This record gives sequence, structure tokens and C-alpha cells, in this order.
Amino acid sequence: MKFAVLVFPGSNCDIDCYKAVEDTIGQEVDYVWHTATDLSGYDAILVPGGFSYGDYLRCGAIAQFAPVMNEVVKAAEAGKFILGICNGFQILTEAGLLPGALLRNSGMKFICRQTPLEVVNNKTAFTSQYGQGEIINIPIAHGEGNYYCDDATLAQLEANNQIVFRYAGDDHNPNGSLKNIAGISNARGNVVGMMPHPERAVDQLLGSEDGKRMFTSILNAWREQHGAAVNG
Amino acid sequence: MKAKVYVTIKENVLDPQGSAVQGALHTMGFEEVGKVRIGKYLELNLNTSDRAEAEARLTAMCEKLLANTVVEDFRFELEG
Repeated sequence: MKFAVLVFPGSNCDIDCYKAVEDTIGQEVDYVWHTATDLSGYDAILVPGGFSYGDYLRCGAIAQFAPVMNEVVKAAEAGKFILGICNGFQILTEAGLLPGALLRNSGMKFICRQTPLEVVNNKTAFTSQYGQGEIINIPIAHGEGNYYCDDATLAQLEANNQIVFRYAGDDHNPNGSLKNIAGISNARGNVVGMMPHPERAVDQLLGSEDGKRMFTSILNAWREQHGAAVNG
Repeated sequence: MKAKVYVTIKENVLDPQGSAVQGALHTMGFEEVGKVRIGKYLELNLNTSDRAEAEARLTAMCEKLLANTVVEDFRFELEG
């Protein structure tokens, strides 16, 4: 299986994503610059966190028009796995690949800390290795993670089981997001965006290794599609 | 021709910056302040003299890039 990690000017979680793929599932992975015009050789595309184009105008607003994003749209249509993390989630919403938008945190502060998440949907290609309703520890690090969508969109998300993660625990909503939403998928389920950083939780030395199973889930989903051996 | 573009957060969407500024103004003794909404103001110089075309193209610019219409409204004025 081959992964692409997109790199925009201002991306800063690209190396973490690359290492997470390398260390957790040992699959091929390349950095792909924002000017690339062909992603056809990749099975999964990671859109990493950071501050693409300095977050000028709005987070992800300028990145959505980078040449590589046309290819991301094609890859999404082709059913490839696309995971946007933090700024990557913001970029995918701006590009219209995921519904809704990410607003300024309700408390106005940039928040960087470990956060308990509830796995709301473990039937996706990205979460099959988790239990339904399992609480996992994954860090967040954002100033604009306050998920918002209108009522009609929310009803659709709920009806199609597109809410993948919610913030859990006592102090359960760090940023004011609608219905504690931390991550969602598209209707088809092959595009997921999330504010928390699974790539920063792949080793106990980092405080948690709960993010590992996102990567093993993706690999298993790909193997199932391609008739190869699946890991337990 | 000069365009002045105003981008504001939709009425039904919470504006945390506006709420914080409202709180600060109250603390300072400006109790008369009701809701505060913070937006963006952009000035664009356009190399065109065709007003109708400028309006159509500005609308496209706002819808595609300058505003995120999921959470923001926009309006503009043309001068010259």
C-alpha cells in the first residue's frame, strides 16, 4: 500500500504523518508537494496539520486552490482513502470534500493537550480496529477547531452515520464544536477529517499509542479491497 | 475601479471574537453595547470599467475564496 503525505507551505505535521505510516504499518510513503499534478500512484492521501499559507484569510482557504487539490478531488471520487488531520480537516471542508466549517475555538485560545475521544463509528475504513464507543486518548492542537454545520447538514451526518469521533470525558468539549464533533466522514466513507492528531499518538513515549489503530485500520481496509491477508 | 468587500459571520453562527470584545467593552463601562460581530474588510483595485462585469466577477471571488458561505455572508461596494 502506498501513502502520500501532502506538503503545503506552512504544513508542520507532515513529518509526524510520514513517520506514523513508517513506524506503525511499515508501508511505502512519500512526501508530495502542493504543486503535484498526479496522485494516481497512491492508495491513501494524508492531508497533514499545520498552518498552510499562514492560515491567511481563513484556515485552508488558500490551500484549497493548490494544484494538488484537484488531484485530491479525483482521488476522493475514485474511492481512495483520504484523511485530513487538523489543518488538513480545515482544508478538506474548504475544498468541499467534507461538509461544514471549522470556526475559532469558543474560548478563543489555542488548545494543545491530550483529549479523550469517543469512537462514534467504528465501521469506517479508518476506525475498524477500535471498539464501537471506545474512548481513546489523542492530542488536539488548534485554535480553530470549533466544528459547525447547519441543521440540515447535521441531520444528514447523523442519518448517514458520518460522525466518526466526538470529544468525550468530563471536560468534554474543548472548542465549542457542534454536538462535540471531533471528526466526520463524507457520505461514501472514504474521506475523513478530524481535529485531533492520531499521528502524534503512536507510541507510549508520546503519551498515548491510541492513534496507531487508525493506520492499521486503513491498511486492513486496503487489504480487504485487494484480497490480501488482513491483520487481526 | 475600487471594490470594498465586507465579510461577516452569519447571524446564526456564534462569533467568539465578537463575544470576547463585547465582554471587554462591558468591563470598560460601555454597558450600552449589545451584540458585537467581527468581520473582514477587503479593498480590491480592479482593472476594469465595466460595472456589471465587475459585480459578477466579484460575486464569484467572494463565493469561491473571499468568504466561506457555509458560515459567512458577504457584500461589496464599487467606487469609480
